[in-house]
Amino acid sequence: MSDDELIWRIAGGSGDGIDSTSQNFAKALMRSGLNVFTHRHYPSRIRGGHTYVEIRAAEHEVQSRGDGYNFLLALGDSFARNPQEEAYYGNEEIKPLSENLDELREGGVIIYDEGLVSEDDVEALNLEERAEENDWHVFPLDLRGLAKEHGREVMRNTAGVGATAALLDMDLEHIEDLMADAMGGDVLEANLDILHEAYEDVNEEYEFEHDLRVPTGEHETEQALLSGSNAIAYGAIDAGCRFIAGYPMTPWTDVFTILSQNFPDMGGISEQVEDEIAAAALAVGASHAGVKAMSGSSGGGFALMSEPLGLAEMTETPLVLVESMRAGPSTGMPTKPEQADLEHVLYTSQGDSQRVVFAPGNIEEAYEQTRIAFDIAWDYQIPVMLIYDQKLSGENKNVDIEFFDREPSPDLGSTLTEEELKEAAHDNSGKFKRFNYETAEDGVAPRSLPGQKNGRYLATGNEHSPVGHISEDPDNRVAQMDRRLEKLEAIRTELDEERDSTQTYFGEEDAEYGIITWGSSQGAVEEAIARLNADGHSVRGLSVSDMMPFPEQEVTEFLESVDEAMVVEMNASAQFRGLLQKELGRFGEKLTSLLKYNGNPFEPAEIVEGYEVNVAEEEREPTAQVRIEPAAGD
Amino acid sequence: MSAFNAIGDEREIDRDEYTPGVEPQPTWCPGCGDFGVLKALKQALPEVGKTPEEVLTVTGIGCSGKLNSYLDTYGFHTIHGRSLPVARAAKLANPDLEVVAAGGDGDGYGIGGNHFIHSARENHDMTYIVFNNEIFGLTKGQTSPTSPKGHKSKTQPSGSAKTPLRPLSMSLNAGASYVARTAAVNPNQAKEIIKEAIEHDGFAHIDFLTQCPTWNKDARQYVPYVDVQESDDYDFDVHDRTEAAEMMRETEDVLNEGTVLTGRYYVEEDRPSYTQEKQAVGEMPDQPLAERYFDDDAEWERSYDLLDRHK
Repeated sequence: MSDDELIWRIAGGSGDGIDSTSQNFAKALMRSGLNVFTHRHYPSRIRGGHTYVEIRAAEHEVQSRGDGYNFLLALGDSFARNPQEEAYYGNEEIKPLSENLDELREGGVIIYDEGLVSEDDVEALNLEERAEENDWHVFPLDLRGLAKEHGREVMRNTAGVGATAALLDMDLEHIEDLMADAMGGDVLEANLDILHEAYEDVNEEYEFEHDLRVPTGEHETEQALLSGSNAIAYGAIDAGCRFIAGYPMTPWTDVFTILSQNFPDMGGISEQVEDEIAAAALAVGASHAGVKAMSGSSGGGFALMSEPLGLAEMTETPLVLVESMRAGPSTGMPTKPEQADLEHVLYTSQGDSQRVVFAPGNIEEAYEQTRIAFDIAWDYQIPVMLIYDQKLSGENKNVDIEFFDREPSPDLGSTLTEEELKEAAHDNSGKFKRFNYETAEDGVAPRSLPGQKNGRYLATGNEHSPVGHISEDPDNRVAQMDRRLEKLEAIRTELDEERDSTQTYFGEEDAEYGIITWGSSQGAVEEAIARLNADGHSVRGLSVSDMMPFPEQEVTEFLESVDEAMVVEMNASAQFRGLLQKELGRFGEKLTSLLKYNGNPFEPAEIVEGYEVNVAEEEREPTAQVRIEPAAGD
Repeated sequence: MSAFNAIGDEREIDRDEYTPGVEPQPTWCPGCGDFGVLKALKQALPEVGKTPEEVLTVTGIGCSGKLNSYLDTYGFHTIHGRSLPVARAAKLANPDLEVVAAGGDGDGYGIGGNHFIHSARENHDMTYIVFNNEIFGLTKGQTSPTSPKGHKSKTQPSGSAKTPLRPLSMSLNAGASYVARTAAVNPNQAKEIIKEAIEHDGFAHIDFLTQCPTWNKDARQYVPYVDVQESDDYDFDVHDRTEAAEMMRETEDVLNEGTVLTGRYYVEEDRPSYTQEKQAVGEMPDQPLAERYFDDDAEWERSYDLLDRHK
């Protein structure tokens, strides 16, 4: 925990505009020169139900949510269920305040909307007593009344932001600019009035005794605030993808929506279809006909894609699928993050898996690996999957805009032109040897597209001969299977030798202890390692992105270099540790797991504590809601 | 310049071009109705001026799914029930392709029923041929969605308790803009209907009765058949939805009593195809998307130019 950062939490009910307000506030902080990182917590419900967004802002880089937070703006839930019927939902009106107190740091600031929250309820919380104990500074403000006076009730968010700015001694300029970008006319005027009024009221009425002020910083280059879903969608655009098919499902819907909104202006096509089987089958069909295409879903919808995924493997149709994980099994917890679909994505569909799987760990990696996914899919004619989760999908971070200043890569890889097809091998009847194992390089046999002259062949999910006809000949079977699997070896070699590593390392090179993670837990691990090393421990971190083909060499070197290692992941059955051991066939005695599956992502402190409990071999359980799975033999 | 020069190629086409050198002889059982579909297609395609390499034949799984093993076009033999979503997308990616989808009654009306409904609803410009033999053939004779009530099989040993699905009525209600039924035993009508279906600008559904002499031998050969357009006993307007619906219902009812009615049932010529609808709302390019990847002058948009909204 550091004092040089602001972690502002805005809490209310779903439908109260928490998301858009926080987005603008995060941008204002970014424009003021700070690095920002957001974390979103919300229920699977459209109206009402406790939701919050946390914005962490600091001069230094921020890669994760922090430990707890230091500023609460509790707006009240305007869609709360009747408190008389609190049997199941509890008293929802008070939740934006009551649910958030446990994680508020000492010395923290609280604003709550006394226009919406009843005095009795506040009293019942023992707020005064707790504030005294924790040195909290509490500001009950009638945000609702102020909003109503100048505009409409929903504008109380603006009042809250004005009050926040006053209490943080923060300039209003960027907030005003962002409001002017988003609205106009009377609405803008009313909002500006409310903003200023709240700002001035607080300044006039209160003496500030708290130490918390907005940090200051400066960016050397212009920044953009975007989410993991933005990054994946933008990676796809820059890779020349212009076809997406999908079916709505949280959290995958974000990528689907972003591309559906952008494609019409780019000559692309988006199709919302009857189910996920169709969605993935459409992507296969479009790719077969010569377009860079993708589809995706979350766990349950992805389950339906098993069939078309296998078809793409067998017909060697280039394809990118994204899988945005949420807590399972079945419907699970639709709006909560988890990393429990790894085995599902690696092995679903019948037969031997012939696919590539990347798990980006942050927003830049999400963009980068999406582009690599398209390159590999079209070069090697293989389905490539990106597996990420609700956390990475929805969290926002500032990124240097120059990061995106790159050339697009719409190239179709190992696809032939009509000119090239003339020279290619055909059988006696003129059929193109699309699956020619005799001349394939790295397992890749170049393909033709329907409508091209001299290119006709049969694509089939059955095992097939070089021209694509169904064949159960044993020699052909072995030759085709070996050729397809050879592609995975070639891809591994390319990733190891021709590209920058997609794995990320943290901490000291010659450390005694290792922490390994994958996917979106990366940021929290990075921060935990920095803290541990600052405290004199000797820890090195590895965040793995390549799930298949597995980066055997890199991970082996890492594990050989440390005495022990802890595998950090958000699931209950240690799936990634299982993959490590399956791929490497050893290290069982070196690996402990730190698992979290309560629906909330790791905070850095939980990882620090997990390390302490493990290494010190203390006879205690972690205080956080995590589980330690000991190493084999322990 | 096009990257797909087989498309629109104007030349004399020999019917034999559609017979693949690799596998000229189908492996269907002697007397199988599937031969009738293959033959009608081989006749129809040259007559509508289509060369093998501008046609994409997309099939499902089953005896019918092997159609494109014996028809030498570009082929995609997909998975059970999924020919339509694959075919639809190929058509969207390159609307200049002639797309023919095909599968059996289990494939199209059972496992792929959802795709059938939605493909008809969206009115994709393609031909969909359902080989309807009222039985699962390749898995050895189980009751299918179109098997008559009481039909006995290994999986319904006491006879099916289900009334058969109504393929024509379902198609009409889902939104197909061309609906016909023909039979393998009626080769001339079959060829003509396939030609009309290919030339129709929208979703053209042909319920093609294909007798199964192996697993459904006590059932029927679909003879004698009646062409509802040629018979004096039937008089309805194929452009009239209500009359078409009534005629379809009767056709479906009497099939189980042994009367085989065939012909055109519904034709809606002025309904825009899905491509046209999508272009009208501005969500589909005017030029085939597949061409763009071969156009060296194409300008590819970049995410860098979208960042203003994130600043």
